[in-house]
Amino acid sequence: MAEQKNYQSRMPMRRGRGRGMPVPKGAIKKGTAKRLFKWVFGNYKWQFILVFSCILVSSISHLISSVFMKQLVDNVITPGVSQGFDAVKDTLIALVATMSAIYLLATLFEYLQGRTMAKVTQGMLYSFREKMFGKMQTLPLKYFDTHAHGDIMSNYTNDADATRQLISQSIPSLFSSILTLLVSAGIMLWYSVWLFIVVIASTIVMSLVIKKVGGNSSKYMVAQQRSLGQEEGFMEEMMKGQKVVKVFTHEEASVKEFDVLNEQLYHDSERAHVFGNILGPIINNIGNFNYVLLATVGGALFTFGAPNIGIESIKIGIVPITIGTVLAFLSISKNFTRTINQLSHQVSMIAMGLAGASRIFELMDEEPEKDEGYVTLVNAKHGEDGQLIETSERTGLWAWKHYHQSDDTTTYVELKGDIVMENVDFGYVPEKQVLKDVSLYARPGQKIAFVGATGAGKTTITNLINRFYDIADGKIRYDGINVNKIKKSDLRRSLGVVLQDVNLFTGTVMDNIRYGRLDATDEECMEAAKLANADDFIRRLPEGYNTMLTNNGANLSQGQRQLLSIARAAVADPPVMILDEATSSIDTHTEALVQDGMDKLMHGRTVFVIAHRLSTVRNSDAIMVLDKGEIIERGTHEQLIEQKGTYYQLYTGAFELE
Amino acid sequence: MIKTLLKSVREYKKPAIITPMFMVLEVLCECLMPLCMAKMVNEVQVATDSALTPILKYGGFLILFAALSLMSGVMAGKFAAKASCGFAKNLRQDLFYSVQKFSFADVDKFSTSSLVTRLTTDVTNTQQAFQMCLRIVVRVPLQFIFAIIMSFSINAKLAVVFVLVVPFILTILLSIMRYVMPFFRKIFKKYDALNNSIQENVGGIRVVKSFVREGYENEKFQKAAGQVRDDFMKAEKILALNTPTMTFFVNFAAILISFLGAKMIIDLGTLEGPFSTGDLSALTTYGVQMLSCLMMFSMVFVMLTMSFESARRISEVLEQKSNIVSPENAVTEVKDGSIRFENVNFKYSENADKYALSDINLDIKSGETVGILGGTGSSKSTLIQLIPRLYDCTDGAVFVGGLNVKDYDLKALRKEVAVVLQKNVLFSGTIKENLRWGDESASDEELVRVCKLAQAHEFINGFPDGYDTYIEQGGTNVSGGQKQRLCIARALLRKPKILILDDSTSAVDTKTDALIRKAFAEEIPNTTKIIIAQRVASVESADKIILLDGGKIIACGNHNELMGSSEIYREIYEEQTKKNSDDSEKGGNE
Repeated sequence: MAEQKNYQSRMPMRRGRGRGMPVPKGAIKKGTAKRLFKWVFGNYKWQFILVFSCILVSSISHLISSVFMKQLVDNVITPGVSQGFDAVKDTLIALVATMSAIYLLATLFEYLQGRTMAKVTQGMLYSFREKMFGKMQTLPLKYFDTHAHGDIMSNYTNDADATRQLISQSIPSLFSSILTLLVSAGIMLWYSVWLFIVVIASTIVMSLVIKKVGGNSSKYMVAQQRSLGQEEGFMEEMMKGQKVVKVFTHEEASVKEFDVLNEQLYHDSERAHVFGNILGPIINNIGNFNYVLLATVGGALFTFGAPNIGIESIKIGIVPITIGTVLAFLSISKNFTRTINQLSHQVSMIAMGLAGASRIFELMDEEPEKDEGYVTLVNAKHGEDGQLIETSERTGLWAWKHYHQSDDTTTYVELKGDIVMENVDFGYVPEKQVLKDVSLYARPGQKIAFVGATGAGKTTITNLINRFYDIADGKIRYDGINVNKIKKSDLRRSLGVVLQDVNLFTGTVMDNIRYGRLDATDEECMEAAKLANADDFIRRLPEGYNTMLTNNGANLSQGQRQLLSIARAAVADPPVMILDEATSSIDTHTEALVQDGMDKLMHGRTVFVIAHRLSTVRNSDAIMVLDKGEIIERGTHEQLIEQKGTYYQLYTGAFELE
Repeated sequence: MIKTLLKSVREYKKPAIITPMFMVLEVLCECLMPLCMAKMVNEVQVATDSALTPILKYGGFLILFAALSLMSGVMAGKFAAKASCGFAKNLRQDLFYSVQKFSFADVDKFSTSSLVTRLTTDVTNTQQAFQMCLRIVVRVPLQFIFAIIMSFSINAKLAVVFVLVVPFILTILLSIMRYVMPFFRKIFKKYDALNNSIQENVGGIRVVKSFVREGYENEKFQKAAGQVRDDFMKAEKILALNTPTMTFFVNFAAILISFLGAKMIIDLGTLEGPFSTGDLSALTTYGVQMLSCLMMFSMVFVMLTMSFESARRISEVLEQKSNIVSPENAVTEVKDGSIRFENVNFKYSENADKYALSDINLDIKSGETVGILGGTGSSKSTLIQLIPRLYDCTDGAVFVGGLNVKDYDLKALRKEVAVVLQKNVLFSGTIKENLRWGDESASDEELVRVCKLAQAHEFINGFPDGYDTYIEQGGTNVSGGQKQRLCIARALLRKPKILILDDSTSAVDTKTDALIRKAFAEEIPNTTKIIIAQRVASVESADKIILLDGGKIIACGNHNELMGSSEIYREIYEEQTKKNSDDSEKGGNE
């Protein structure tokens, strides 16, 4: 019957979410259990008290029902046989009525428990999700760089699911199991210490078996997960390169390689399943052997009239065991071993749940992005005497509101887009410096282009301007203010970004453009789309601006997605733009559109362009040629051509850019 | 559908059949044990002198049954694991094989991630369902039947009470299920969407942060997550009715039986039987077991329907049969590198209303160099993919070496027609391993030779590990131009009679591009070369230049001919060269 519990628990929402079954990936961090319970009981104290009371009531009703038959025989049937039905009729009806009432109560409580648990589980899942997601939004980019996206997702799917199981199934079941075990142990001790020793002995055997078989099971579970991961990686690569496989008629070779991995996965999963499958029957039958052993020992004690010790002895003294006691003991012991079997199935679930919770807490404990900035961005207008005044409406004029603690004054500096980098050093990890002593400036309205090979540090520079990462040494000033003093959110609001890889969100085309500025009207969004040369293709979509985009805009072409991303930046209308050109090849027509859109977007702004094609950088005010994190050449296109240095060689095609 | 899947059981048929057999044995033992225990209790109760005699007698039986049950339980567990894991293994294998047999058209139909999900999650779900069928689906009805037999043999009149309760329970269980299941399916969709939005957020975190949309994302997420919570809560609350309803009816039946049973015994006036108190308690036990089975069964039913969707998705792939296969008595030798298109029309799917290629007639001699020009959507790639039979043309015929491509053995044809695809991929492994996709048995010298041809030798030697440099998945650790040159080298290694480059030097600088073309002309003069390009310069020196527009050949000839005859060609040429001279002018002026 072990399976029953199992399937019941999986009924509501397990459907192989995520990949395969959740398996403890890493060690469970110390204190996880305590923290989890604190969290759960802290938030759902009354609900849990209610649930535990419900469990208590059902356990008691179970206990009572086990004496029901004895009552029926002793108080109704036996006297009834000798005295006739009418004599015991009232007793019988009273008994049946009591039992019905108890059962009804138990049913009600059981339902109450189910309802409460649904509330607790879903509420808890929600708060886990919400807390994780909220936390995730505050994390620095470094976190996303160092964690595989699949692993992050797994926090929300596998880990949350494992924790849910722990809370909704394992804890109540643990509680009721322990209750049953304690009560049965008490009753057994009441009857006979000798027999109880026998039960303890077989319990020890059972736990040893659980440890061994269960340990093997989880060992191979981990192995299975590993081989599944390997096979998945291989499959993904092959599926992606399926057309190349065909062109090279490489099918047989890849099948051969696949078979090896598949065989390994079979090997591991078969073992994992064997150990999982046999645990139930083994524990069950140890219980059966225990039953026979108890019966034999009990029978022997009875037959030889051995003195029996039990708590009962306090009342009745040490007397030989009666056959009634032996039989009562037997029926209780059956209950005892059944409960242990149930517990054995909880062990791995608890381990998985704790491992999941441990990882969830890990995410929640991540250090959020630091922001000590206090200079904020405000709407401004010119006062009568020309000075800047803060205002609440959008004027198109922005100012940095700078509070000076030293003399308790607030100054306003107009947002112009003047950016200076002085001797900046930076590395994503301390051991590896990516930028060395980079200095540059951009006057308002200037266009600065970065040119250089992959890994030269072009993108890195722009990542520092909007403080995706913090510099190790040097200074970056924005309109004369050290960027460290500017509140990150305000700093970023003043910078528009068109990234190399376009990310679109599920929603309509309009929603995606409006992402740039949430209060933009439909007209403003369309205006931006027109500026970005996106209006044309959007209108040709089946539902125009209301066309739903899913899967990162999978139904659009690469070029169209770039146009949308430009429109999104255009609607934000920031004074400074960072444009990272896309590398992927798009056809010449769309490319021209993208280029034109970008040009329009750049108009009148300070712009940083990361160029992957030299054709786009020629009209820049300054071109920085980067090599291994250093600016090796700088100047206008003409100056650099004159220099006949690296840029010249790149330009004439002697060097490859990418 | 099920039939398609079951074909994958194959060598695991034996364990799949043995499992239920052991299962039957285990159930039998499990059912006999309580009977044995009851008998023992009965006899011990009435035993006057020694209780040990019946205990030893029945204890012996019990041990025997327990041992048998242990043995069969373990065996059933083992064989079930073997059968279900083996089934899953074969399913994965069949799926993978099936995908390997896909034609390009089939590959277009399924996305990578959907195929991977089918091979992993869906297979796991199906495997679990399969194991459940082998174990629970055998076990539960057996227990049910046994319980019925036992309760009727104890007292048929009373047992009827249980049977009368069955329809009630079934109706209630099924109606809860029927009400809740579509509900759940809907929620699962919302739940998937929720996870999807998390994925989008993680993937687009730079966008989120650049636009300072953390708060907005939070709000959006909380709303969606809150909805999922509320829906799930509602569904689970309904589902929470399940167990209590069940216990209520079971207990109600038990009390009814006890009442009637007690009355019956009293009316009989004797404790000794034919209907004893022991019988009464046994009857209750079996009755409860019987009704529990129903509950289990409804659970299993739900689980199975849930995995149905997975099974459907798997069989969809398995049933996808490629229509591009080698014919019988296929020709295995390609005579030369000549190519001929005869009145070829092509569309990607039967119900597409537009032809991707129409009315293509083309004659390419062995050893010629052919350039193809045309805008996006002019079907350049489509045209060349018909040559190695990656797609079959809809009307007309394509000939290679004088024979219809459909007459060749696919492997032989594709060996001689090497294509460097536009969207090309390198695989994780060393450069050597990647190159040897072209020819497994190629010597190291041979690799160096083709890499020199493709102008890749130099940069490979520049890597610390040279040809043993490990390429990351997707070739992310080499630049675009390097990747393209490696792909060309890989194709050259096949020593094909026809080499097709589909915009394969777009990321290569112009100088290297020219060097590659020069090397081709000098080193592999007898190979037919087809080059799709954006730049006119890349095809200017070709023997033949084909201009495609909207799937039609609008001009064909060598550079000089086209300059004379095709206005469009002349325009493209002038536009592209003007740009260049502009550049040099500007550069020169400064």
